[in-house]
Amino acid sequence: MTVTVKIPSQLRGVTEGEGEIEVDGETVGDALDAVFEQHAELRERITEDGGLRRFVNVYVSGEDIRFQDGLETELSDGDEVTILPAVAGG
Amino acid sequence: MAPEALVCKECESRYPLEASYVCERCFGPLEVSYDFLDLDPGEARRKIQAGSRGIWRYADFLPFAERPRDPLEPGLTPLVRAERLAERLGIGELWVKNDAANPTHSFKDRVVAIALAKARELGFQTVACASTGNLANAVAAHAAAAGLSSYVFVPVDLEEQKLLATGVYGTRLVGVHGTYDDVNRLCTQLCETRPWAFVNVNLRPYYSEGSKTLAYETVEQLGWSLPDRVVCPIASGSLFTKIAKGLDQWIDLGLVEGELPAFNGAQAAGCNPVATAFAEGWDVCKPQRPETIAKSLAIGDPADGVYALDLARRTGGAIDSVSDDEIRDGIRVLAETTGIFTETAGGVTIAVLAKLAERGDIDPSERVVGYITGEGLKTLDATRESFRMFEIEPTLEAFEAELEPVATR
Repeated sequence: MTVTVKIPSQLRGVTEGEGEIEVDGETVGDALDAVFEQHAELRERITEDGGLRRFVNVYVSGEDIRFQDGLETELSDGDEVTILPAVAGG
Repeated sequence: MAPEALVCKECESRYPLEASYVCERCFGPLEVSYDFLDLDPGEARRKIQAGSRGIWRYADFLPFAERPRDPLEPGLTPLVRAERLAERLGIGELWVKNDAANPTHSFKDRVVAIALAKARELGFQTVACASTGNLANAVAAHAAAAGLSSYVFVPVDLEEQKLLATGVYGTRLVGVHGTYDDVNRLCTQLCETRPWAFVNVNLRPYYSEGSKTLAYETVEQLGWSLPDRVVCPIASGSLFTKIAKGLDQWIDLGLVEGELPAFNGAQAAGCNPVATAFAEGWDVCKPQRPETIAKSLAIGDPADGVYALDLARRTGGAIDSVSDDEIRDGIRVLAETTGIFTETAGGVTIAVLAKLAERGDIDPSERVVGYITGEGLKTLDATRESFRMFEIEPTLEAFEAELEPVATR
């Protein structure tokens, strides 16, 4: 599956300014791993002990992956995987 | 005394005092830190008492080098000794902080006053927010007062009263088909590309500081002393944790003596991610899809949930949730015993107070403060059919026939 991973502005310092990265992957975890291969520093910024850090939210086409299968959430061709800070609102 | 930096609550990285809210290193939330080195507690108290009749009397503890102009100054709302409510619930000493008595009738006036002043200082022309209703009212009103443009994003199924009391100020009101969490996600995305001050996104570190003024007022109104326990509603957890931050600051600086009270959080059973995590012993909250009449608390993915959990645990408090019926009863009992008519969020607070009292969690010697964060006229549906209206012809006979059988005095 080819998907677009959207990088928030706060993380573009480690993606050479790139805000959208096209990668292949069957699951959200695969897609993120593919992004980390291109931008190694990103892994440490948003993951911890193999999982997402607690203030990182990930959405697949607008739906929070915690309502799906987390990093195992399966992807369809053309999906948008959006990474956003979880520290807004209220 | 002055704000000195934004500091990450997780990894303590420091950032300049700009419109940013996320740590670039670990993605944690940023918070304002202050330099209070020169503070003399006695002098600080005198300055506060000689200050304005609202939140700006606490300007030295807010994120500004100089006190800003504020045409709609909120704050200094009544702290009422609620003796009959205490008696009804079986609590020794109970105080109710009635924050419905603010310009747009909720505590959100406090946070918005801070955010708007900061937006002007940073040169923004347009302000915006993601809201469950009360914030919408406040942002629209304060933007109008300040002459700024505004965009207000809300779930489209909010109470009509809250929509009407927002649109009237001439804001661009956007009803989103989705939950508050969808609205919040949309605003976080919009914040990336629009040159706007989203009060609870990119200005959130400043905005949330406004909630500390509820702590300061409580201390001052209790004669410069602390409560033993506070009961406060939790939506994102920001108000809950910032009341603690305010108290902690004043304890550290010597403005008040004592220890942090026990912090009890209040949620609706139909949206209780923090109460669930508390009960289960989790460190993080599992997001929920809200289904409750307490729409102002309907945040399924609370940004400060982890900090709220930590606060309740380390102060010997708890986080409880109550059903919609208990919320309706809470609204009624507060109204009947204090004359204060609160919205559903206040019903949640009172219902949790009742639950704590019933469970025996509150010692009779304790001084308890309950926070009423919003006005009953905003959620009128919650009181519908909760009482009977007598309907009569305009004659004495009709009155006597209808009312005599039920009259007691």
